[in-house]
Amino acid sequence: MTAAIELRSVRRAFGATVAVDDVSFAIEQGEFFSMLGPSGSGKTTCLRVIAGFEQPDSGAVFLEGLDVSGTPPYGRDVNTVFQDYALFPHMSVLDNVTYGLRVRRVPAAECRRRADEMLALVKLADMGARRPAQLSGGQKQRVALARALINQPKVLLLDEPLGALDLKLREEMQLELRLLQRRLGITFVYVTHDQGEALSMSDRVAVFNRGRIEQLDAPEALYARPRTAFAARFVGGANVIEGRYAVRGENIEIADPAAPAPAGTVRREGTIVDTQYQGAVRRWQVRTDDGELITATRPDRADTSQAREPGARVALRWAHTHMIELAAD
Amino acid sequence: MRSSRAWDAPSFGSRLAAWAGIAFLHAPVAIIVLYAFTTGDRSYDFPPPGLTLRWFALAFERSDIWQSMRLSIGVATVATFAALVLGTLAAFALARSRIRAKNALTLLFILPIALPGIITGLALLAAMKIAGIEPSFWTIVAGHATFCIVIVYNNVIARLRRLPPSWIEASMDLGADGWQTFRRILLPQVATALLAGGMLAFALSFDEIIVTIFTSGHERTLPIWFFNELFRPRERPITNVVAVLVIAVTLLPILLAYHLTRPASGRD
Amino acid sequence: MAAAIAAGAAPFPPRALATWFHRRPLLAAWLLLVPPLLWFGTVYLGSLFALLAQSFYAIDEFTATIVPRLTLATWAQLLTQPAHLDIVLRTTAMAIAVTIAAAIIAFPIANHMACHASGRMKAFFHVAVMLPMWTSYLVKVYAWRLILAKEGILAWCLAALGLDGVLDALLRTPGIGGPSLTSSYLGMFIVFVYMWLPFMILPIAAALERVPRSLIAASADLGARPAQTFWRVTLPLAMPGIAAGSIFTFSLTLGDYIIPSVVGAPGYFIGMMVYQQQGTAGNIPLAAAFSVVPIVLIGIYLALARRAGAFDAL
Repeated sequence: MTAAIELRSVRRAFGATVAVDDVSFAIEQGEFFSMLGPSGSGKTTCLRVIAGFEQPDSGAVFLEGLDVSGTPPYGRDVNTVFQDYALFPHMSVLDNVTYGLRVRRVPAAECRRRADEMLALVKLADMGARRPAQLSGGQKQRVALARALINQPKVLLLDEPLGALDLKLREEMQLELRLLQRRLGITFVYVTHDQGEALSMSDRVAVFNRGRIEQLDAPEALYARPRTAFAARFVGGANVIEGRYAVRGENIEIADPAAPAPAGTVRREGTIVDTQYQGAVRRWQVRTDDGELITATRPDRADTSQAREPGARVALRWAHTHMIELAAD
Repeated sequence: MRSSRAWDAPSFGSRLAAWAGIAFLHAPVAIIVLYAFTTGDRSYDFPPPGLTLRWFALAFERSDIWQSMRLSIGVATVATFAALVLGTLAAFALARSRIRAKNALTLLFILPIALPGIITGLALLAAMKIAGIEPSFWTIVAGHATFCIVIVYNNVIARLRRLPPSWIEASMDLGADGWQTFRRILLPQVATALLAGGMLAFALSFDEIIVTIFTSGHERTLPIWFFNELFRPRERPITNVVAVLVIAVTLLPILLAYHLTRPASGRD
Repeated sequence: MAAAIAAGAAPFPPRALATWFHRRPLLAAWLLLVPPLLWFGTVYLGSLFALLAQSFYAIDEFTATIVPRLTLATWAQLLTQPAHLDIVLRTTAMAIAVTIAAAIIAFPIANHMACHASGRMKAFFHVAVMLPMWTSYLVKVYAWRLILAKEGILAWCLAALGLDGVLDALLRTPGIGGPSLTSSYLGMFIVFVYMWLPFMILPIAAALERVPRSLIAASADLGARPAQTFWRVTLPLAMPGIAAGSIFTFSLTLGDYIIPSVVGAPGYFIGMMVYQQQGTAGNIPLAAAFSVVPIVLIGIYLALARRAGAFDAL
């Protein structure tokens, strides 16, 4: 099967800043694909290259096998949900949603029919006459979604679409987006800086750093086997030991300095710098005697939190099997 | 009570200075309006001995005033139209493009209002003499359009710069090409700025004297009529009435322009 | 699906053309610029060039006609005659005085409308500054003639307040005085300040609008008294606005020829000189050379303002 989207050696620089540096990857049909990374890592530029807002300096973009590198945005069968929604303020919700059909001269009756369908799909059936200014953030989000989906694009691009919503609404929308994607079977390309969002929603995640992809994997693989120090730290906040191994905080035990180390474990002594209560778990930050700062995450039970204040000496230990070897940077 | 005031409330002195400044700005205009109704025909008398509408009736019968008024409105209309076309083109070209000469071009467009008007006027006169062009309606229009363009340009480019780039991208993303995006998104968004720019340009042109003196020859726009009255004080009361008419003709478009461009007007 | 969607009527202008321009944004921008550039290139720059060229033309002493023979005589005359230097100095001094006075009067108004008024009051102040600014220039000059006349409104008001002695004393002061306010530098100064005041208020207000209120709060929080906050935070951040406004007041004063001829002392100003030389004197070369002087002065002024850091906070 041809890939829904393929980027081949795409490079895009703005002046001296290289935003996307020789990136190649393919997105399968019907996939929920996330691009994850800190701001300035190149993920949004990649999305804009796919949408056609940016032209790659070199390399090519393929949409279902066709080279669309020089095609303007209006000639590509992809649609975008913008971070700021970009709803047209001088049009009603209905006119916003039917915009894509109207500029393609679809007859008014059909516009109306499909808009009603779409508004029902995003649960805004009776909101067609409103202006964008009269909507809440969550409603604007849904209008933006309906406006893009009504064109039945091959690929839907979402640029941090939930960034402006509060936590509760964001979690609801995450679930809704995921269900919608499964139901429609459209390829979703999702840009986010929130690793939890990327892990919970995606089929595959590309981790971006400094214009390059550090790792491209399914969420489980990404979490269990980070390949680089950056991926290990950015996804799930793993500890990087000696620059070569990743160890997840939940796999680190805290013990008395006097306790002996069982066979098959690594042991480090150090001093507690700080602890943070986080509900189900408690985080411990320990400065080891060789100077590394290691975070252990333990279930917050009486047996681990007993009398261990900042400044106390502790031993940290973890099984050899929990150490993941990283590729050299 | 001092303690009940907000910590950053303005002092009495600063409030007084602000209000006195506003009063200073308005007193001369108020006086002119008052004098249009005075019964005295030597209007240097203060306070006016009485009030009358007689001078308005007299002024309305003067054909020279109407002729000048018609000329001024005609010039302002044509100059505004030219400025709307040229200023809008310039604004759209420079708003988002990556043209290298952007700064130089911006400077060129604002030069006619940055340099003293007398330079523009004399330059046009010198060019007319060299090219053998006789002063006419069209030479007045040419002068006015030159400094009206920048008014339209400024209004339109300010609005274009405030538009989020994502609106244009969203439109193209949804299948609209450059023309469609211009017609359906950009034009509705800049329409009020265009209208406001046109109003300001009209008011500026209607009232212009500095450049007009050089380019008008024997044509008498209303400001030129007025200027001649300043030096030949024949019928002061008529002059006062014309002053009020001029204020009315320029201020209506200005108020409308303000209404169209104020930032927090709730049009969203 | 794309085919089904695209099945509507063919768009006009053709999409192929739109796409051709979409790929060449620079060309599209330059094409848009053709009409305005043609206009500015021929009408405006062409005229400015013609003006400059005229300043190098010779003038026939007897017939007072211009002959297209290149000479530097006009420029020599401009730069060597002491009377001309007087005119330049007098105009510059007036422009500086007007600029300073306008800035001082404008600041409280701008500060009030930008920082203390809100909602309806702010809108009121904006309109209250804008309306006089756009009120007919000639009508305002005319009004001031009535106000400043020997038996005019100001004299009447001062007499009513018992202050007519102050006015007489001012008019007797050498340098600024004269037989009446309508024929004194003091009167001219008042009119100039009045005319250009809104051009100073609006840029200062715009600059102050951009100052976040939290900066003022932070200054107070760090222990500054209101006066200290004004001198150390508000004023430096308002400087770009003052600089922008002063370009207007300075430039407008330098070039004006109507105010000095309607309200003014006998001494000549640059604008009047230009107007008179091209008009009654018929000496366009000298008028052209003289009109270059304000451009040079404005250039010097901008350079000085930049060196003083007036634009640093931009």
